[in-house]
Amino acid sequence: MIDGLIMIVLILIKLGVIFAVIMTMAAYLVLAERKILARMQLRHGPNRVGPFGMMQPLADVIKLLTKEDFLPDRADKWLFLLAPGMAAVTAILTFAVVPFGPPLQVFGHELPLVVIDLNVGVLYFLGLSSLAVYGVALGGWASNSKYSLLGGIRGLAQLISYELSMGLALVPVVMLARSFSLTDIVLAQQAAPFILVNPLAFLIFLVSVVAESKRTPFDMPEAENELVGGFHTEYSGMRFGLFFVGEYINLVILSSMVTVFFLGGWLGPLLPGVIWFGVKVLALCFFFIWVRGSLPRLRYDQLMHFGWKILLPLALLNVLLTGAVLLWSRT
Amino acid sequence: MALTEKMTINMGPQHPSTHGVLQLILELDGEVVQKATPHIGFLHRGTEKLSEHRTYNQVIPLTDRLDYLAPMSNNLGYCLAVEKLLGITDEIPERANVIRVMMAELTRLKSHLVWLATHALDIGAMTVFLYAFREREAITDIYEKVSGARMTSNYIRIGGVTADLPAGLEQEIREYAESMPAHIDEYEGLLTGNKIWQKRTMGVGVISKEDAIDIGLSGPSLRASGVDWDLRRDAPYCGYESYDFDIPVRTECDTFARYKARLDEMRQSSRIIIQALDRLQPGPVVADCPKVTLPAKEDVVNTIEGLIHHFKIITEGFKVEEGEVYVGIEAPKGELGYYLVSDGSPMPYRMKIRPPSFVNLQALPQMVEGRLLADVIAIIGTLDIVLGEIDR
Repeated sequence: MIDGLIMIVLILIKLGVIFAVIMTMAAYLVLAERKILARMQLRHGPNRVGPFGMMQPLADVIKLLTKEDFLPDRADKWLFLLAPGMAAVTAILTFAVVPFGPPLQVFGHELPLVVIDLNVGVLYFLGLSSLAVYGVALGGWASNSKYSLLGGIRGLAQLISYELSMGLALVPVVMLARSFSLTDIVLAQQAAPFILVNPLAFLIFLVSVVAESKRTPFDMPEAENELVGGFHTEYSGMRFGLFFVGEYINLVILSSMVTVFFLGGWLGPLLPGVIWFGVKVLALCFFFIWVRGSLPRLRYDQLMHFGWKILLPLALLNVLLTGAVLLWSRT
Repeated sequence: MALTEKMTINMGPQHPSTHGVLQLILELDGEVVQKATPHIGFLHRGTEKLSEHRTYNQVIPLTDRLDYLAPMSNNLGYCLAVEKLLGITDEIPERANVIRVMMAELTRLKSHLVWLATHALDIGAMTVFLYAFREREAITDIYEKVSGARMTSNYIRIGGVTADLPAGLEQEIREYAESMPAHIDEYEGLLTGNKIWQKRTMGVGVISKEDAIDIGLSGPSLRASGVDWDLRRDAPYCGYESYDFDIPVRTECDTFARYKARLDEMRQSSRIIIQALDRLQPGPVVADCPKVTLPAKEDVVNTIEGLIHHFKIITEGFKVEEGEVYVGIEAPKGELGYYLVSDGSPMPYRMKIRPPSFVNLQALPQMVEGRLLADVIAIIGTLDIVLGEIDR
């Protein structure tokens, strides 16, 4: 009885801590992106609110919350109101399966540093990432605006072009780790992280992840130069904020996924596991920001060509090769 | 059979990438453009009509506001036309001509930098935007030093230029022009070899040599379609014939060709600026034509004749003999022409402007047909239009 209660309390504490950490991280990632991009572009970035602009996220939230929550004429009300939530919630849910540190010993209990270690963690992640696009598609469709609609359509077209190769890039990982559980995948990388074992899968996954995060060079669904604001053209206030936050949470999640699948998760010498995990995730986030600062945007038909004609065959080939090597090494 | 429906989309006049208040009515099948109809006129200020009620000197500030990204070229074209009408073209002092060439080329750089910045931003490369604006900022500083204004310069006058260059500016311009090629390399480093940039620009917005000539394209857009035509060489003014520069011509006819043509043109512009600085000799900057140009300030303050002279030109202007004239110059965006008719009064009877952007815009519907929406943005960018000049 007591044991059960402690378990529940521990899970609740873990949930609370993770939620707080992720929300803070997403908020400060926005600031970091603005600061880093500004440095790359000979600007200063936000520096008015608080020391070095550190209070800027707070100011942004207050601004978004106090703005008018606008509903466009003849919009599909419920879908319109629901869509931003879908974008944010699916992003947050994904973090449930991410192991961010080695198990801790608390009160004689072994406390795994993951909310729940699902034995189908990989599938859970892929499923949620497919669901996330509903926020974009429904938001674009429900707005009753042609620019939003085009953004939503682009979002869907983009999803089907990278989702397959993203899934297929993970197949070799699962084959190597012999498990769908993210914790087991990390533990299987004790000898060498999978980025060294299977660099091709890493590259395919990384490209797919950039597409999944809807960031430059794959930011077609919201290409502000073409579609004004894409799927979120008609959104205002905190609903726009939810899309925005969802995007940055997604960035954290996807960086964590790359870390878990290919960079060996929390594994690393000297420093504690949680710190290694954080360092790897932040380095990836920096990489995404850097990419945004340097690359132009693809056209969405070009992304589809790229996804179907290059990434998918490569990913399939990679699965085949990995399988062959594994078979050969066993015999 | 699937039921398909065409979607008509209103792009502009409030759209982030139509470079001003251009409105495009696009008929889309999915994202493929079936038909594009440009609507213009949102920025119409009646420049041509206004100039019929102003003396010749009073028209110059109006020309600043045509292509507001290249004000000095507009000043220059207009002043050359009036000078030709007055028959004082040969009396412009050497120093004034050299300064005019230098300023025209700085203006070309200024205009091309804004084009590069916005074109790259439209295609998603936002860092280039800020890099290019850093260099543009230096040119606006130079503008401010010579004319007092950063954008609406009103510097070039009938008979010469407003005032001589301030002390020390020559060195600043020289350093600037010498540093320019390195900056262009920097932009090219971010874009030219970039596979995504190439995919977005190569084969996009193709306009054949014949079509380009039929439509009347001019400037870099024409030269990127394989037509070797540049008024600086083919109908020289301000002594351009004595400068040593190349005219970049490309034959691919696409957006990438226009991009390269403009960047190469920027390199040539900095070459011309350095040559102009080398031949800059002390001397007057205004022609010695008392009927047209203002007297020296000392005379105005110290002598009654000077004061009356000044007063007459300011209040009445000067009379121009009956006649008509057309002068075209190679403005950054293409051939900028001024057609002036005089009825003998101190005001133009009629002024017709041939803005390069207006003519170049005609190519747009043909270029975007059958392309994707994302290409429309790239093509508007590559045509380098300015609505101030289109709507006048």
